[in-house]
Amino acid sequence: MRFAFRDDQLLLQSTVRDFLRKACPPAVVRRLWTDETGHDPALWAQLAELGVLGAVVPEAHGGLGLDERDLVLLLEETGRAALPLPVVATAAVAVPLLGELAETGAAGARLAGHWLPRIAAGDAIVAVGHPEDPFVTDAPVADLLLLAHGDELHAVERTAALRWVRHPANDPGRRLYTVAWQPRAETAVAAGAVAQRLLEAAFERGALACAAQLLGATEQMLDLAVAYAGQREQFGRPIGSFQAVQHPLADAKVQLEYARPVVYKAAWSVAARAASRGVDVSHAKLAAGAAGDFTARRALQVHGAIGYTWEQDLHLWMRRAWSLALDWGTAPRHLARVSAFVLADGAPIGPGHSFEGAG
Amino acid sequence: MDLLYTPAQRAFRAEARAWLEAHVPAAPLRSFDTREGFEQHRAWERSLHAGGYAMVPWPVAYGGRGADLLEWLIFEEEYYRAGAPKRVNQNGIFLLGPTIMEFGTPAQKARFLPKIASSEEVWAQGWSEPNAGSDMAAIQAHAQRDGDCYVLRGQKTWASRGAFADWLFGMFRTDPASERHKGLSFLLVPLDAPGVTVRPVAQLGGETGFAEVFFDDARVPVENRLAGEGDGWRVAMATAGFERGLMLRSPARFQKTAQQLVALYREHAMRVGEALRDDVVRCWMDAEAYALETYRTVSRLLAGGKIGFEASLNKIFWSELDVRMHETALRILGPHADLRPAPDATAPAASPVGAAHARPDWLDGYLFSLSGPIYAGTNEIQRNLIAERILGLPRSV
Repeated sequence: MRFAFRDDQLLLQSTVRDFLRKACPPAVVRRLWTDETGHDPALWAQLAELGVLGAVVPEAHGGLGLDERDLVLLLEETGRAALPLPVVATAAVAVPLLGELAETGAAGARLAGHWLPRIAAGDAIVAVGHPEDPFVTDAPVADLLLLAHGDELHAVERTAALRWVRHPANDPGRRLYTVAWQPRAETAVAAGAVAQRLLEAAFERGALACAAQLLGATEQMLDLAVAYAGQREQFGRPIGSFQAVQHPLADAKVQLEYARPVVYKAAWSVAARAASRGVDVSHAKLAAGAAGDFTARRALQVHGAIGYTWEQDLHLWMRRAWSLALDWGTAPRHLARVSAFVLADGAPIGPGHSFEGAG
Repeated sequence: MDLLYTPAQRAFRAEARAWLEAHVPAAPLRSFDTREGFEQHRAWERSLHAGGYAMVPWPVAYGGRGADLLEWLIFEEEYYRAGAPKRVNQNGIFLLGPTIMEFGTPAQKARFLPKIASSEEVWAQGWSEPNAGSDMAAIQAHAQRDGDCYVLRGQKTWASRGAFADWLFGMFRTDPASERHKGLSFLLVPLDAPGVTVRPVAQLGGETGFAEVFFDDARVPVENRLAGEGDGWRVAMATAGFERGLMLRSPARFQKTAQQLVALYREHAMRVGEALRDDVVRCWMDAEAYALETYRTVSRLLAGGKIGFEASLNKIFWSELDVRMHETALRILGPHADLRPAPDATAPAASPVGAAHARPDWLDGYLFSLSGPIYAGTNEIQRNLIAERILGLPRSV
C-alpha cells in the first residue's frame, strides 16, 4: 500500500508541463480555434517525441510501455494547457482498445501491430465513435476511426466514403462531428460480448482521461485567479487581500485537492483492472467535474468584467472544463452509476472498504 | 502507486477486528461529557491499553504498539467498523502526545506519554480566552517565573473535556512585556493544583463538554514547559496541525457516518422518495475522497514528509462534510428529526426511528457537527491560512 507517485513519474509530468507551457500557450490554442482542421501536426509530432502519445503503447510497438498510473499525470498537463488536440481519443482510449483487440485474435493483433507503432510515432490520429456519445470528435483528421455499430465494433480507415458534419461547440477547441459511414463485414473487428466489453473499458478510460484533464484545467484556472487577484488593485490594495476574494478561492483549492486522490485512485483501478474501476472512474469524473465547474465560476467572479471578455484567456479553461464535464459521460450518467453501487443491497461500503475492489 | 494491502497489513486488520469484536462493550457507554460516562470511557481506554491497542502508532516504550501510520489507519477503520466508543482522551492521545513526541525532553516523554496512552491522565485543551478566540495571539493568561515554578494567573475558556479531565495543556504569556505571538510558552497544568478552578459550561447539546478554567496563583513546575520559554506559538501551531489534520479526524469516522446515512436513506426511501438520493450519494463520495486523501497523506509522511498548512484543507473538508451528512439525515427523518433520545438511552425509544442504542443519534450528531467548523480554528481562519500560506495571496488587513 503506497498511495504516491514515483519520482520518475513526477519528472515525466513536469517535463510535459514545461514543454506545453512553451509549445501550447493561449495564443496557440486560439490559433487552433480558427484553424480549418483544428490540428497542429508539428505539435502532435512533438507530443509523440515526448512519449505522451505512446505512453501506454507497449515498448514492442515503439511506446513507453507505461499504464494509466503514469498517463493520468500527463493528461493532467494537457488539461492545464487546454491542449485542443485529440489526445484523449488517441492516446488514452484507442491505444488500450487496440491492445485489447490484439488479444482477441489474429486480425486484432494485425490491426494493433499496424496502428500502435504509428500512434506512438505521431503518424496516426484515431477517433472513437462510442455509443455513450452522440459525436465523434476530430473525425476529419483521424487516420483510423473505431466506430461502434449496434453490437459491433468497426475499424474504419479514412477514405472518401466517410462523410461527416461538423457541429460547432461552445469550446471551439472541441471538434464535434457526426459521421456517416457504411459498416462492412471487413471493417468489423469485434462483436457481441467481446465488443461490449471493449466498449465498456473504452468508456472507463475516456472518462478517466477527462477527469485527469479536468484536474489540470482546474488548477490552471485557480492559478490565473490567484495571479490576477494579487495584481489587480482596488480601494488602494490588491483585491486578493480581501477575504471576500480569498475565501472562494480557498474553497476552490479544497475542492481541487479532494478531487485529486479520487482521480489518482481511479487511474490505479483502471490500470489494475480492479473490480471497483467503474465506480472509481465515475466518482473521479464527478469530483473533478464539480471542482472544475466550481473553480470556473469563482475564477470568473474574481476576474470580474475582464474575465467576461473574449480577449482574456480565462475562458479557454472554463470552456474546456465545461466540455470535459460532458465528454465520456455526463454528471448524471456517472452519478447514476455511483448511486447504483452505493444503494445496492449489501454494498461493500463503510470503513475498510476503500480498496476492497482492488483486492 | 500500489493500493493493495500487504499480507502483514491484512493480518493486522484481522487481528484488530477479532480483538475489537471480543472487547467492544455491548451496551453503549453514556456520553463522556457526563461524570459517569467519563469514567466509563476511561475504563474502556484501560481495556484498549491492556489489549495493546490504545496508541497503535506510538513506540512501545511509551505505551504504544510501535505500528506505522498505515496500520493506524487500518486500526481506525476497524475501530469505527466495530462501533467502539469515542476516545475520551483524544486531546491527549491525538494532540498532546504527538506534540510531546516532537518537542518534549526525554524526561517529559517518559513522564507524560505512558499515562496518556493508558488514559490514567486525561487531558483538556487550554487555548481560547474570553478575549482570545480566533485571534489566539491575543492571549493574556500569564505565567510568572518564580524560582523553579511558574505562577499562573488568568482564564482559559472553551477547554474541551475540561469539566472532568485531570490535566490541561495550553499557552501562557511568560514574558509580561511581550505582544502577540512572542513571549508565549506551552505549559502542562494539573487541574487539581491549588489555585486552579474549573467551571463546567453546558454546550449546545446540553452536556458539559467544555469548561472555563481560572488560574489564581496556581504554581506549575518549570519542567512542565514544553520546548523553550517563548516557543509556545511554534509548539501550538504543530498541535493545531495535528488537530486539523491527520490524527484526530481519521477518515473512518466519516466513512462510518456515511455508511449509516446510506442505511438510513434505504430504510426511509419509500417515504422520502428520490429527492434526497443524490445528496446521500454525494456524502458517501466525499467521505471516500477524504479517506483516499488521508492514505495519500500517510504515504507522504511515511516517505519522510511533514504535515503543513494543508491541514487547513482537511479541516474545512471534514467539518463541512460532517455537517452535511447530519443535515441530510435529519431531512430524511423528517418530522422525527426533532426527537431527543429517550431519557434512559439504553431503553428502546418510543419513536419509529427505533431503539436509540442501535442507531446513531442524528440530532445529537448534528448539534455536535456544528461545532466542527468552529473548533480547532474556525473555518474562516482556515480559509485565511489557505489563501495566504498555500495560494500565496496577499495578507488580508
